[in-house]
Amino acid sequence: MTGWQTDFLDRLTGEGIAVQDAGSTSLAPARRLALQADDWGTAGRLGAAVGCRHAGVWADPHDDQVVVYACLAQAGDYLVLETAVPLRHPVLASHTPHFPGVDRLERHLQDLVGVALLNHPDSRRWTRHQAWADDCFPLRADCPVRGHSPGRARGDADYPFARIQGSGVYEIPVGPVHAGIIEPGHFRFQAVGEEILRLEQRLGYVHKGIEKIAVGRDPAGLARLAGRVSGDSTVAHTWAACQAMERAAGCAVPPRADCLRALMAERERIANHLGDIGAICNDVGFAFAHVQCARLREQWQRRSRALFGHRLMMDAIVPGGVANDLATGVAGELRADHEALRRAVTPLFAIIGDHPSLDDRLLDTGRLTPEDARALGCTGYVGKASGQAFDVRRDSPYRPYDTLTVEVPVRTEGDVAARVQVRMAEVHASLLLMDQLLTEMPRGPVNVALPMPEVDAVGLGCVEGWRGEIVTFVRLGHGGQVARFFPRDPSWFTWPALERLVLGNIVPDFPVCNKSVNASYAGHDL
Amino acid sequence: MFRILKQSLLTGVVTEPPPATDAGLEQLGIELRRRIDARLGHSLAIRQVDAGSCNGCELEIHALNNAYYDVERFGVHFVASPRHADALLVTGPVSRHMEAALRRTWLATPSPKLVIATGTCACTGGEFGISYASCGAVENVIPVDVKIAGCPPTPTDLLRGLLAALEPERRQSPRVPLRARPLAGSPTESLVRSKGGEPGA
Repeated sequence: MTGWQTDFLDRLTGEGIAVQDAGSTSLAPARRLALQADDWGTAGRLGAAVGCRHAGVWADPHDDQVVVYACLAQAGDYLVLETAVPLRHPVLASHTPHFPGVDRLERHLQDLVGVALLNHPDSRRWTRHQAWADDCFPLRADCPVRGHSPGRARGDADYPFARIQGSGVYEIPVGPVHAGIIEPGHFRFQAVGEEILRLEQRLGYVHKGIEKIAVGRDPAGLARLAGRVSGDSTVAHTWAACQAMERAAGCAVPPRADCLRALMAERERIANHLGDIGAICNDVGFAFAHVQCARLREQWQRRSRALFGHRLMMDAIVPGGVANDLATGVAGELRADHEALRRAVTPLFAIIGDHPSLDDRLLDTGRLTPEDARALGCTGYVGKASGQAFDVRRDSPYRPYDTLTVEVPVRTEGDVAARVQVRMAEVHASLLLMDQLLTEMPRGPVNVALPMPEVDAVGLGCVEGWRGEIVTFVRLGHGGQVARFFPRDPSWFTWPALERLVLGNIVPDFPVCNKSVNASYAGHDL
Repeated sequence: MFRILKQSLLTGVVTEPPPATDAGLEQLGIELRRRIDARLGHSLAIRQVDAGSCNGCELEIHALNNAYYDVERFGVHFVASPRHADALLVTGPVSRHMEAALRRTWLATPSPKLVIATGTCACTGGEFGISYASCGAVENVIPVDVKIAGCPPTPTDLLRGLLAALEPERRQSPRVPLRARPLAGSPTESLVRSKGGEPGA
């Protein structure tokens, strides 16, 4: 048991709280602690006191009770708190007063499972708009998949946004249908002149009931669904879901499959970083970098299709391994590919990193302070650009990263320029990793059958996607069918970061601030 | 500046000639250009609407604008408002939370308007189907002219689909007056009522 976990347990004991320590095997890599519902709020307060990051909260409704889980983490050590509340009176203390980052996750839980969270500072609905009634909780067993409210859903016009009053203050509503080729969501700005005084996001527009329609699927079906939680992170989400199912079922994935999964995850990271670095430059009128990055991304995607059969590598990861092996003799070509990309991005990144017109727009724009990043629990490039040096691949390594050296770039400026710098460094780091993977690629099979799990076996998947840490919870029921699936995308914590980092910036800089964070709407709305 | 010029000169033009793997791209583009010239006065303005997609389709629609496909050379461009659009390119199963927004976007688009359901989810509901949160296929909410399948469709698939959109005989559904068209969910409601009767429309 690590230092902070001992400290945390000591403090719990000091407050007279009885915990049941289930050890670190049943929900690996996390240590699992069961406690009484009455002690939930105190545990949250003590978790904050020992300096934990809150990595998410979710609930799993059973027949007559709801089991609620909260994942705390520090320096790559995970701790999952667990408690049960009766279904007829599901009430629990909120963790939001101690961890502002879980605000929306708790409201999501409230809207979909109907657990009332006491002392939550925000009583408004979050994921629910007008498609179902406030006394209907879609994830409960008594709510059919089709729901109780057929017919046309009204627009969510009367959501009570907070407003700023004052001379010269005006409001700008944006969305849900945006001007670009992007996902839908609503932004409500309060501005004075060009300066943003407040930004409030209203998300949930692409809520598709993923958690509900996952129930009853077989593992292969869940992997397909997980690959569509957020299309740009299809590899990372499928991997996290498969990892969770494999841990639940006690399945040992062949080492070659682990390496191929990592190869795909790094390819996905590079493709998205290339696209976004270009798009950020484009948002401040530097089209040259956009065209160059888009060209490299296209080449990269075409290679992904040739290697793994799909331009985004969708459905290439399956429970128990990967769908297809690499063609024989392709390793040499791949090494040449990596070298070619390295040669192509080096001069390009040198220009992007040192160009007066970009410096003028990106330096000091959209600054997220390290304190805010820490308080919200931001991971990925948003966290890394604001001093949060955490990367699952290095700090809680899963196979095959446990044998590799993962470089984690960190900066403390927290502005758009720092996020671009981190992403450029990550492209280089991923290329190094991919070369290591090719060198160490073992021979052997690339998939095994998933053994039949015990009824109600649970598993946790923790994967570093290109956006940051993904934590996925899976419970498998009778016949190995999925009973609960909850994929926690890193966007849950970077969306609120965007609300903070735009403050004091000008409205015309919002697009570049938004792009530099690039949180997923689909991954958040589910 | 010299570094930029050097990089641009060394990169050259990747658009012409098309890569060997894409022998059909140029042919496809020329055909598309011909149709757009004939039917739409030399330009096809598209408003893309994500009505619930996983964002995979958006990545591939973005790719249409990269130097390899450079879709603007064929007269196709993406516009910021439905009021400027000839066609709506709709992705995703329509989430019920986007249902009203999609209808309003459709109403805001001037006639004659093409609706192109893009991606397997938009065509059939895909992995998500119909649920408490999803209306399934786009045609369950607004009339659809052309469907482009694929999860997600590749940029070449998208170009082929745009070609099909400009070929009237291949349309999936006939155009009928607004009030006469039954809509999913509650056939008694008309679009006109939806337009005027909702708060904050």
